[in-house]
Amino acid sequence: MKTLEEIHQIRTQKRKELELRTNAKADTREKHILVCHGTGCTSSKSPQIIENFRAILAEKGITHVRVIQTGCFGLCAKGPIVIIRPEDTFYSNVKPEDCEEIIQTHILEGNRVERLLCKDVDGSKVNRLDELAFYQKQERRALKNCGLIDPENIDEYIAFDGYLALERILREGISPEEVIDIIKKSGLRGRGGAGFPTGKKWELTKINEADQKYVVCNADEGDPGAFMDRSILEGDPHAVLEAMIIAGYAIGATKGFIYVRAEYPIAVHRFQIAINQAREYGILGKEILESHFDFDVEIRLGAGAFVCGEETALLESIEGKRGQPRVKPPYPAEKGLWGKPTLINNVETLANIAQIILKGPEWFSSIGTEGSKGTKVFALGGNVNNIGLVEVPMGTTLREIVYDIGGGIPGGRDFKAAQTGGPSGGCIPKEHLDIPIDYESIKTIGSMMGSGGLIVMDDTKCMVSLAKFYLEFTVSESCGKCTPCRIGTKRMLELLEKLCSGEGTELDLYKLEKLAINIQKSSICGLGQSAPNPVISTMKYFREEFREHAIAKECKTAECKALAKITIDPEKCKGCGLCQKGCPVQAIDGEAREKRVINQDKCIKCGTCLVSCPFHAIS
Amino acid sequence: MTENQSKVNENNQCNVCNTVTPFIKELCQTYLPQKDNLISMLNEVQEKFGYIPVEAQKGLSEYLQIPMAEIYGVITFYSRFTLEPKGKYTISVCLGTACFVKGSQKIMDRLTQKLGIEAGQTTEDGLFSIDETRCVGACGLAPVFTVNGEVHGRATVKMLDEVIDQLLAEEKASQ
Repeated sequence: MKTLEEIHQIRTQKRKELELRTNAKADTREKHILVCHGTGCTSSKSPQIIENFRAILAEKGITHVRVIQTGCFGLCAKGPIVIIRPEDTFYSNVKPEDCEEIIQTHILEGNRVERLLCKDVDGSKVNRLDELAFYQKQERRALKNCGLIDPENIDEYIAFDGYLALERILREGISPEEVIDIIKKSGLRGRGGAGFPTGKKWELTKINEADQKYVVCNADEGDPGAFMDRSILEGDPHAVLEAMIIAGYAIGATKGFIYVRAEYPIAVHRFQIAINQAREYGILGKEILESHFDFDVEIRLGAGAFVCGEETALLESIEGKRGQPRVKPPYPAEKGLWGKPTLINNVETLANIAQIILKGPEWFSSIGTEGSKGTKVFALGGNVNNIGLVEVPMGTTLREIVYDIGGGIPGGRDFKAAQTGGPSGGCIPKEHLDIPIDYESIKTIGSMMGSGGLIVMDDTKCMVSLAKFYLEFTVSESCGKCTPCRIGTKRMLELLEKLCSGEGTELDLYKLEKLAINIQKSSICGLGQSAPNPVISTMKYFREEFREHAIAKECKTAECKALAKITIDPEKCKGCGLCQKGCPVQAIDGEAREKRVINQDKCIKCGTCLVSCPFHAIS
Repeated sequence: MTENQSKVNENNQCNVCNTVTPFIKELCQTYLPQKDNLISMLNEVQEKFGYIPVEAQKGLSEYLQIPMAEIYGVITFYSRFTLEPKGKYTISVCLGTACFVKGSQKIMDRLTQKLGIEAGQTTEDGLFSIDETRCVGACGLAPVFTVNGEVHGRATVKMLDEVIDQLLAEEKASQ
């Protein structure tokens, strides 16, 4: 247990110690080697890098250099990432065997290791982190501590004003009503997807009287290809914990749960450490920070069910049952966990709370658009150069995210579409690249903000097969409670499979659309209601492609194997005849030493000729 | 089934009984007998044995006072829980969107073809299981597959072949 006085001392002392992290001109001999320890970099051996650095430093007896594991820097494609501060040198794609050279050349001789310096998309070397085009248009607020502090050390969080917001509230007598008022004024909306005003949600939960209320943090980030919440939990777990305590104070709850996917072992581990440390410091548990407020938090693990991201299904799962959604109303604010009023907020929403309290609602609402304030974190993935985690002010255009921050499409290919909102969202085609990303605008073009997955696709992707991919996901994740979702999505998938295998007809397109609208209208929960979105939006923007599949039986991208046309390029064909010999159905015509042609009526698209051609003339 | 084989099977099952029961006992000491602890406890059993043996279900049913049928319902609802033992090596191919867009379906196709089993199944020799997972969070390395949790990023069909061949060679050498 620490006294308030001791916590203040830690803050001042640590802040001084960590000055070199934020100030490149810090007057110190000390150096910090920051190594990303998020899931992305861990997968490419960053723990080994940390170990090697520490071993080498110990062996050489270097004491003025510390190695620190941090959360995600955002630029996952260039991982593992090593940053040396205060000078802010940015090394990318570092291997465990590079550690020796970094210590020798950079630390001991004072020269940069040129070959490891991060390169920008245009090939130029980047000396400092903030020189990268990737960071230019970003505004890191929810991610402010990710990559800056050691997430397993509460002192480092405290150093950067951690738990100061909580202290102000509890010690300076800010009433729960005032806290809710601040959040309402800020205009913060739920970052989990639907965008419900957060302050309003707090208020609704507060006004329902009960002997017990709960705060639940939704960290069941099920959207495949999205990893915002995971990165926040891995990089800055205390920010989420602090916000949960503040929320508990505001609505009158003394107990909180965080529901995390079991597939996120690092996030779970870090959050547990955060809980333990906070308890030790008297920030969690009884009489928090010497006040009269009690609050405690427990972790609950998910077990791989996408539907549990839906708030009522999540509550069922916390209660130990099958995660099937409840019929709403009553909403959780009225009857939630074990029938008690429950506040459910998403990780990224909570990551904004403490800063809003400290810096004021005006600070928060100073950026963003009319209806969507603040920033949004996106997990940028797919066919884009800078895959990673980005945080931009609301209202930034899709073009800026894909081209300025994301560095464009690899291989000089064309942008075809971007999918936001995962299996519940829709795709945004090229003609809408200049749309500002906020809750309202994105809805007008048939997609949704979603939790922040943003997958970019180039012109080699088939939209029919993409729609099929999402339906496969929904079918396997449908909980089975209501008929439209359980049976309807299965039927939709069958229609899409028909289209992809060349057996579809124009009538199927009509059936598909009709079924989609019926499922949207009649499903119980958000998962079912939004399941047809990927189909509806791809059919809206890529109607021609669907018609090609249905009528001309053609897939121009050749992703649908059954519809792919295998042809021989007459320019490259040397007439060797190897393809003819290998063809199991004699579908290749042409005499000896003549250029060969594929008879499309006979061809079964087995692909044997593709492999046998020594001149790569067949595609 | 010959008499000998059935004896072997019985022995195997008893081996499982012998380890499952003490483990459940231990588990019951760390968790309170509240119904909402079911999923957390199942997660621990799954982690420990790679599947949820029927003995474990019985043990939890008694301790938490939940009917076996309900426990079965929970196990089959969540994709992380399995009722069958997994192979020595579980190869999971990520079919999350980021990996899918980068061609992970091709990796999955090659894997099922090479091992002759479908996703969710285990080879007869008990060596390999195939899983499809939705996002392991290493989207920067897409496409990825994992072998017993170890991530292989920027995967190609060739790389997958090499990994499997190496595992097979190691198995052969150890026999």
